[in-house]
Amino acid sequence: MPAQRLHSRFSPHLALLPMALTVLVAYIGGALWTLRTSFTASRTFPSDTYIGVAQYVRLFDNERWLLSLHNLAVYGAAFIVACMVIGFVLAVFIDQNVKGEGVLRTVFLYPYAMSFIATGLVWQWLLAPGSGIEGAMRQLGFEGFSFDWIVHQDLVIYTVVIATTWQASGLVMALMLAGLRGIDPEIYKAARLDGVPAWRVYLQIVLPMLGPTVATVFLLLTTSVVKLFDAVVAMTQGGPGIASEVPAKFIMDHLFLRSNIGLASSGAVTLLLPVLALLAPYAYARSRRARLNGGRA
Amino acid sequence: MNRLQAAAPPMPIAHAPAAARRKRHLTPARIGVYAFLISAALFFLLPLYVMINTSFKPMQEIRMGNVFALPVAATLDPWRDAWGAVSHGFWNSVAIAVPSTVIPILLGAINGYALSFWRPRGANLLFGVLLAGAFIPVQVMIYPLVWMMAHAGVFGSLPAIVVVHVIFGMPLMTLLFRNYYASVPHELFQAARIDGGGFWRIFLQVMLPMSLPIVVVAAIMQVTGVWNDYILGLVFAGRENLPMTVQLNNVINTTTGTRLYNVNMAATILTAAVPLAIYFISGRWFVRGIAAGAVKG
Amino acid sequence: MSNVHLRKLCITRGNNEIIRDLDLQIDPGEFLVLLGPSGCGKSTLLHSIAGLIDLSGGAIEIGGRDMSHADPSERGIGMVFQSYALYPTMSVEQNMSFGLKIAGTPKAEVQRRVRRTAEMLQLDALLERKPAQLSGGQRQRVAIGRALVREAGVYLFDEPLSNLDAKLRAELRRELKMLHQTLGSTMIYVTHDQAEAMTLATRIVVMQGGRIQQIGTPADVYDTPANRFVAGFLGSPSMNFIEGSVDAQGSFGAGAITLPLGRADAVGAVTLAARPEHLHVDDNGPLDARVTLVEPMGNHQVVWLDCAGQQLSCIVHDARPLATSQAVRFGIDAGRVSLFDPASGKRV
Repeated sequence: MPAQRLHSRFSPHLALLPMALTVLVAYIGGALWTLRTSFTASRTFPSDTYIGVAQYVRLFDNERWLLSLHNLAVYGAAFIVACMVIGFVLAVFIDQNVKGEGVLRTVFLYPYAMSFIATGLVWQWLLAPGSGIEGAMRQLGFEGFSFDWIVHQDLVIYTVVIATTWQASGLVMALMLAGLRGIDPEIYKAARLDGVPAWRVYLQIVLPMLGPTVATVFLLLTTSVVKLFDAVVAMTQGGPGIASEVPAKFIMDHLFLRSNIGLASSGAVTLLLPVLALLAPYAYARSRRARLNGGRA
Repeated sequence: MNRLQAAAPPMPIAHAPAAARRKRHLTPARIGVYAFLISAALFFLLPLYVMINTSFKPMQEIRMGNVFALPVAATLDPWRDAWGAVSHGFWNSVAIAVPSTVIPILLGAINGYALSFWRPRGANLLFGVLLAGAFIPVQVMIYPLVWMMAHAGVFGSLPAIVVVHVIFGMPLMTLLFRNYYASVPHELFQAARIDGGGFWRIFLQVMLPMSLPIVVVAAIMQVTGVWNDYILGLVFAGRENLPMTVQLNNVINTTTGTRLYNVNMAATILTAAVPLAIYFISGRWFVRGIAAGAVKG
Repeated sequence: MSNVHLRKLCITRGNNEIIRDLDLQIDPGEFLVLLGPSGCGKSTLLHSIAGLIDLSGGAIEIGGRDMSHADPSERGIGMVFQSYALYPTMSVEQNMSFGLKIAGTPKAEVQRRVRRTAEMLQLDALLERKPAQLSGGQRQRVAIGRALVREAGVYLFDEPLSNLDAKLRAELRRELKMLHQTLGSTMIYVTHDQAEAMTLATRIVVMQGGRIQQIGTPADVYDTPANRFVAGFLGSPSMNFIEGSVDAQGSFGAGAITLPLGRADAVGAVTLAARPEHLHVDDNGPLDARVTLVEPMGNHQVVWLDCAGQQLSCIVHDARPLATSQAVRFGIDAGRVSLFDPASGKRV
């Protein structure tokens, strides 16, 4: 019957309406709104006064913002490198047919089940000078032991690295392990025949084969770096002073506490750019691979 | 036709001493592997140990003792106090998590189903943008959402936070279901259509019943993500509905006076308990979820 | 070319004794095929010769030197794997030269060997390509090339043709045989395909359950199988087996089937085995049967006969028309049959 067929023809479209709304209104709409606001003089409330790129100028004149960018760069580099190396090494070692693999995987991955807040709070406690690890080591007899990074302006960001690396390495390990499991076992045999020492097999043969996995991991870690917020709030509150300020926190503070929506929006747009810069080649590479594989995405 | 020059006697391969060598079982290399893995495991378990340890100690012991020592006079008081401080948040988190899991799963399933089998025009493009949205820092979209909800009069309420979780959970949920349905043989769908099924009938009577494994994975990922969320709960839930993570941070980082570390740790454990329990119970499903979401995405 | 000597080899994995007390002597320049069904231990044996699997007992000598515990790369061997195991991120040239570079071979020598092997295997145009850009047959040649550049004493092949389609398989089989004729190297080859074994081998080792059933030239193993397993494993369609007995006059009888053999030495219950090509449909033949199925194969026909309840296969080389249920007469070539003890399966 025609009515039924009409209904049926548009059912998929209707069913996808929530997705369309979400994408168009929340994601694209939201991003465009923020972009627009970044060109206005909005303070506590959105305003319609266009001031060109003045907010951006103000932004990059802002000591706190610049420090937050610097922190993010330092944090990002340390975090990504540490997670990748630790995750890869853990995966390689676990892949050596060790007994108790299940237990080990559970131990390395459970931190990922904890919220950033809980992670930050635990590590705040552990790294507290005098009462945490520093105190314990001193009590054990290492009188001169000092581990008070968390109160040092130059070192505090590394405490955040420690805490979040602890949390995320397990994830990297799980993903790398999945990748390792997809490698033809006869490759290892061929390498043994060729007399290749184990470390070289992993570095020169296996790691290049894990290209797509490494790319995915890198993408996930990078976006996680950009979003860094909860852990800083829990661990250091951006302190001491503003020493561990990060862009996400800067933006949130200016949106809600300091009532400067225009400035915050410009920060948000600036934060968006590296993510888009990373997504574009990644998406292009994936769609190219999909087309080469016959369109199976 | 003999392209090969008359064979000179083949050159010997390098040196080739035949040494009676290693028995495979406990070589130094293998001991090294286990040593490394066990040390790493201890590092990963350290915070958990310290958390649990501290939560059973009276404050006196904490002030005097070192952070690694076991409690001498273990007590449950910190736990009672901790529960008192965060129990409100616990029930709020439950109230938020249930709808914020059920609805995104349902929508994710519908989206995945429509994208995999019906493929309306433009849907894939929309999906691509949705996926990209998952990587964008949430700060880009937070204020527009706040503004919209404030104007609709729903800001700071349970429905508000649920809608926000639906919006931000949609990319991962849709991805999980789409990839799952992509592995269902297309012939099954075609047979159902020949049998006369329409969009909703095939979904409800054929696809959804088959989807239990992925529903479990999706539920685990979404519950964990919602429970561990801080920033969205902080902004959108409203003072009456603050989730446990927000309440935890408030309790620990904003109290003045002496910090009760044992209560803090107990409260942290309580907050982390639900996702950790899910993780330890579901184990393999958790890992499968990560692999399904991250690697394919 | 090296010889290989296996002495009382034992290989155990977990609680399974996969190979027990195996002795085998392989002469230089032989093309030895390890043939058997899945799980018979042939691959395990090959891997242990390569040094990829540890021995639980016994010794392996390669080229006169004890290699029982040596590293695979030190045994003077090259190996070709079933899945080719080419390094996917390296070019053909890099795949072939990698092992030599690791061993510290001087660059000039590496280049010389790679170029020579590439020419031999018609890979010169493909040296810069990655494995993903090659066809199955080309990848197989690269895998062979990677083994050949090692200029080893022994080359090991682990079912290298099983991932190829039938036509390509036949083509590469011929190329392998020519390669062996050209190089004259010792080659040990594992397969479950008896046609491959027959065409390639100078000697075949038939294996089952971790033990050697028979060692011999293809002709030996085909014409005079040592036991019932070997008899049934080689030949397609497989041998016909008829349970019966030999009387005091040396004649075989099984119900309606009788066959004078002159085998008075084999009195008692026996299993008679006859190859399909040794049954002849003949209007003057001594035995009666009815045709149950005819399979036309182009250049011959496989005819299935029912003779007093026994299902026998017979190869007919001419194009005579045979219909189902047709009554025919046939004979069995008494000089070519084998007799086996029904209990032990051994040749009588």
